[in-house]
Amino acid sequence: MSATAVSPYGPQADPGPPGLAAKLLGFCDELRGEGVAVGTSEILDAFAALELVDWTAREDFREALATTIAKSQDDRRVFELLFDRYFFRAAEAEAVQREFSERGVGGGEGDAVGEGSERIDMDELREQIREAIEAGDEDALRDLARLAIAAFGRGEGSGVVGVDVQRIRRTLGLTAGAQPPSEDGQERPSIDRDQLNRFERHLRRELERDLIERTKTLPPSRPLAELDRALPTNPTQDLAAVHRAVSQMKRRLATLGQEQRGHRKAAMVDVRRTMRASLETGGVPLRLKYKPKRPRRPEIYVLCDVSTSVTSASVFFLSVLHALHDSFRKLRSFVFIERISEVTDVFEHERDFAVVAQKISSEGGVADVSGYTDYGRVWLEFLTEISDDLDPRSTVIVLGDARTNGREPHAEVFAQVAERAGRLFWLNPEPKLYWNYGDSVMAAYERHCDGAFECWTTRHLENFVNVVAGGVPAAE
Amino acid sequence: MAESSVAEVKEALARVGYLADEPAALVSYLAQELGKPVLVEGPAGVGKTELAKAISRATGRELVRLQCYEGLDEAKAMYEWNYRKQLLRIQAGGEGGWDDVQEDIFSSEFLLTRPLMQAISSPEPVVLLIDEIDKTDQEFEAMLLELLSDFQITIPELGQIAATTMPIVVLTSNDSRELTEALKRRCLYLWLDYPGAEREMEIVRLHVPELSESVARRLVEVIEMVRALDLKKPPSIAESIDWARTLLLMGAEDIDQETFKQSMSIIVKHRTDIDLVAERVGMKLAEAPSPAG
Repeated sequence: MSATAVSPYGPQADPGPPGLAAKLLGFCDELRGEGVAVGTSEILDAFAALELVDWTAREDFREALATTIAKSQDDRRVFELLFDRYFFRAAEAEAVQREFSERGVGGGEGDAVGEGSERIDMDELREQIREAIEAGDEDALRDLARLAIAAFGRGEGSGVVGVDVQRIRRTLGLTAGAQPPSEDGQERPSIDRDQLNRFERHLRRELERDLIERTKTLPPSRPLAELDRALPTNPTQDLAAVHRAVSQMKRRLATLGQEQRGHRKAAMVDVRRTMRASLETGGVPLRLKYKPKRPRRPEIYVLCDVSTSVTSASVFFLSVLHALHDSFRKLRSFVFIERISEVTDVFEHERDFAVVAQKISSEGGVADVSGYTDYGRVWLEFLTEISDDLDPRSTVIVLGDARTNGREPHAEVFAQVAERAGRLFWLNPEPKLYWNYGDSVMAAYERHCDGAFECWTTRHLENFVNVVAGGVPAAE
Repeated sequence: MAESSVAEVKEALARVGYLADEPAALVSYLAQELGKPVLVEGPAGVGKTELAKAISRATGRELVRLQCYEGLDEAKAMYEWNYRKQLLRIQAGGEGGWDDVQEDIFSSEFLLTRPLMQAISSPEPVVLLIDEIDKTDQEFEAMLLELLSDFQITIPELGQIAATTMPIVVLTSNDSRELTEALKRRCLYLWLDYPGAEREMEIVRLHVPELSESVARRLVEVIEMVRALDLKKPPSIAESIDWARTLLLMGAEDIDQETFKQSMSIIVKHRTDIDLVAERVGMKLAEAPSPAG
């Protein structure tokens, strides 16, 4: 078969058993296992699409699958990871099963290069790799990666693929950024990180293949989704999800609030539309049409606890705050520990999350002597300084664990705040189980809230959005 | 044969001034062959709407566009009964009794077609663009499902109206909310992102061929730098092209600090963004005095 010769897995890899269908279904199963919703209709589409593209072309094959199966950016990310793993491993598994070995079957190609490693001119190799990187020639890169591994990879490898990749790259002296001029003094374009990554990816792939060949086993496949389940400690990784939940929240807050409050009586008759509708009934205005009420811009006050007891969660909360600032113009944000401090300006002038987080910790002006949260004092300060601005239109969202460290909670002051504000929600970074244990006084505050939610993952945040949207008070 | 077809689509798109990358060309091709709607997502200003327009130009089909907004309903998207005309018909009387009139006023003659109906009932195949679907509410999405899977619309008084010709349907979304699974299931999915430097260069050169290559290259570099910042509204492809035209009018030989300052408002349109860009990118331009040429 001619396909054997052009197979990306080298000369020994067979295109696979007759049964692409089975392979594809297996792949879809794995995707489902990772939480991608792949429906039967999507699989059918995938097959229909594959009939139309020349799927021996790797890129087309992958794109055709992706466009029919992965229906969002997140799905696409999972798809990319799994695609490589699944189809790459499928070929390797086949090779192991049939006991093919590159060294055995390949006419000693590997050995010849291995012995000749002394004779490979390192400068020459480096030049060629640079050229291939510049040209973006994937095939050449793959060949060169194999050559590089053959030259100073095999045998002395550490066995850990990631380490070996970096070792080889360093030995070759390849770095991202500006490149030294070539020998004849000509300037060369710089190599950026992405281009270098592409080469490293080939290295990694070839090393992994080598490893599989040597050990004759496939590395265990780890589920990917675990990463997403835990508390997001790394804000950049989850920022997109937070942003999405928040932009959803924006729509809900903007449109929902007033409907439930029943201001029907105040509605204005839209004469034009009433007349238009009356045509239906022969000019008799049977049905009155009202002017659509302009959605009021919600004013949002967010109070965020940044004390040590919520350290792990405050990164998450700050990213929530960061996302909120992108979506709402009328948003004032405050951080508090012992005292409260307004940080609206920081968010408005700085768009980079890392800088924001750093600025808040350095200039927030909330870290007092003890570093322990004093909720009572925070409410008092909030009430005296800010609550004049509160009106029934405003929504207050508190992000905190309600742990007062034994200090006076001043729930009655909190009640006043709740009364002045239109709505008040509390997001607690602790699981509900821990509420009211120890110094947590959640119950005292919860009574005055329109809703109190546990919130320590983006999923909880989405839940909060949904409950707010559904108008169901969350207090059970 | 299949291979050449994807390439042909790409070529056809390029002829009408849209440089599609591989995935975009492939999806456009699949959409035509499979007769499935395409859902295009991506940040604002990467050419989602333009893709639909280009497909319409490349295939010589008419473009029917439905711009979505909050509160869009079926009377504005699908069809509406022409009450006025119905009323006239009733008042005009006629020999027939009530039964005749009743039958008559609910015929297609009294139907005002809106974009979706128009796309379905057109005798010539069209390209239907449903723009910014994420701006509507979920109920509207649900209403679209029948159209997207079966290319038909059910009117209670008339029954089903099925498409006589297969439209190419393109839906765009800025990803401001998660679309429903049901909708996604019926579509092919395409994520468009900002083009790489090389492709953007090609795009700029295609639209503003008079601009010298060195300036175009510099422009693309600066745009990349600006996009790398975390802006409220990063510059779109259309804005890069506008900027290229502006530079051409200004007769700029190179983009130095002065030119940048004067023309920056073309690509950055937010006060806080302008400060940020002036600070981060403008300074950089000053530091590196322009190399000759």
